[in-house]
Amino acid sequence: MILLDRVSKTYSRGSKPSLDRVSLHVEPKEFVIVVGQSGAGKTTLLKLLTREERQTSGKIIVGGIDYDKLKDREIPLLRRKIGVVFQDFKLLPNKTIFENVAYALEMVGMGNKEIRNTVPKVLDIVNLTGKEDRMPVELSGGERQRVAIARAIVRQPKILIADEPTGNLDPKHAWDVIKVLEKINRFGTTVLLTTHNQEIVNRLKRRVVTISDGKIVSDRANGGYKL
Amino acid sequence: MKRRLITFWRIIRTGIVNFLRNISLAIAAMAIMVVTLTIVLFSIIVNFTFSHTISQITSKINISVFLNDSTTQSQANRLIGELKSLPNVESVQYLSKAQALKIYEQENASNQQLIQAVNETSNPLPATIIIKPVNLNNIQSIKDFLSKPAISKLQSDPPSYSGQEKEAIDRITHATNVLQEMGVVAVAIFAFVSVLIIFNTIQMAIFNRRDEIHIMRLLGAGTWFIRGPFIVESIIYGMLSAAISVLIINASFQASAGALQASSLGLLDIGYANRFFNQRFIELLLVELGLGIVIGAVSSLIATRRYLKFKTR
Ligand SMILES: Nc1ncnc2c1ncn2[C@@H]1O[C@H](COP(=O)(O)OP(=O)(O)OP(=O)(O)O)[C@@H](O)[C@H]1O
Ligand SMILES: [Mg+2]
Repeated sequence: MILLDRVSKTYSRGSKPSLDRVSLHVEPKEFVIVVGQSGAGKTTLLKLLTREERQTSGKIIVGGIDYDKLKDREIPLLRRKIGVVFQDFKLLPNKTIFENVAYALEMVGMGNKEIRNTVPKVLDIVNLTGKEDRMPVELSGGERQRVAIARAIVRQPKILIADEPTGNLDPKHAWDVIKVLEKINRFGTTVLLTTHNQEIVNRLKRRVVTISDGKIVSDRANGGYKL
Repeated sequence: MKRRLITFWRIIRTGIVNFLRNISLAIAAMAIMVVTLTIVLFSIIVNFTFSHTISQITSKINISVFLNDSTTQSQANRLIGELKSLPNVESVQYLSKAQALKIYEQENASNQQLIQAVNETSNPLPATIIIKPVNLNNIQSIKDFLSKPAISKLQSDPPSYSGQEKEAIDRITHATNVLQEMGVVAVAIFAFVSVLIIFNTIQMAIFNRRDEIHIMRLLGAGTWFIRGPFIVESIIYGMLSAAISVLIINASFQASAGALQASSLGLLDIGYANRFFNQRFIELLLVELGLGIVIGAVSSLIATRRYLKFKTR
């Protein structure tokens, strides 16, 4: 599903690489946790997968698509297959919560009726029923984070990338979110999760990839949290 | 097909919703557009009014050819035919001796003594051919024709080039022409500068929302799905501004035709300007709407472009 072959990323010429010859293979339906200290390169790795950034060298193949051969007009189609929970949420500030989630469906041309059916269900999953008409600024950080999660899963993507989706949540809500990710994973979505939360890593008992200074330093099935 | 239709309506609806939500920004952008479009509309009206004034003045100028009493009707008819075939001749009118007398009597109706004196002799007025030239500044060919020996033989007096007024009229026409030309240049410069300002305003409004565009891009939205609502929004600015500018001009005609007349130093025929505005209302409105729509659409199209780009290495 996801294949990285000696991928490096240097943001500006001359500075040291944020990712240094990273090789990673993720099977379809796998659940992978990426851990590493702040600044290790986790977000950079995810940005390469969504083509927000381009790798400086190396090969990236996702769902059979070689990113070097990807044309500009194919990028939106690629992104629609990947759900992303951004570390900084990236909600649309001028749209209500409902509209934020619906936007992901509108752009693919889903009918209005279907959208009106789907969005409330997903908002219910993340416990936001009743807040549909609020603007993002009117929500708490944790609530915003859950909107971002709802938007990422509403299209039932083949791949779900979640960058610190529990960062702003108390243990109860954090665990609720993790349970949503597990559920989605059970339905067949490949999940890539980054987190600093030791407890979650230890409880999940999934494959753990550890990045340090832009390099993968360990990759263990059923690993625990260890930096 | 159905999907495209849904998407199309979605783009329009989103544009309208965004317009309403960003109304304070919209007002700033629209204020500048309203000023520009009002001035453009005003100058269109002024321009047409000046043209009208010039053509009115020049239409009063003509060349009168006075015929000998010995000239026969068939000679006169042939002369008329020849005159009509000359270039730069708009129309030719023939007045018989009797008609000329009648007009003379009408013009001098207050002077009974004069009329009596004229009536006591046999009609002293010559038959007259009145030539109206197309272009007043270019009557040399007509002059040349009239001074040919065969033609001047038929005339009792040298032709009159609309009396002594011609020179004065020439000056007025010239002054009006210069004013008109200056006006066109001034408006062109102003319009150019304002389009730049409007463009800048819209670009600024979109710059403020560049993060939104980036997010939409990251979520996988297509180029037109992102850009469309911005264009719709700017088109709404344009259309509303056009409507407002037409209303402003309309209101100023209604409220203060007198003040307008005074402020234009009497050079502008406000009555005609008002009639012109009312008669061509629909066309003028359409021109304004068209301008507003084009400026809005083009500037938002260009302004969104840079934020829609994908990262190259
Ligand atoms: N746009 C950018 N331009 C330049 N350098 C960048 C850019 N984005 C990230 N970096 C650098 O790349 C390195 C990795 O950053 P990255 O965001 O991937 O870290 P992270 O592992 O996600 O950290 P955190 O846990 O704090 O989110 C850091 O040193 C960071 O300063
Ligand atoms: Mg990060």
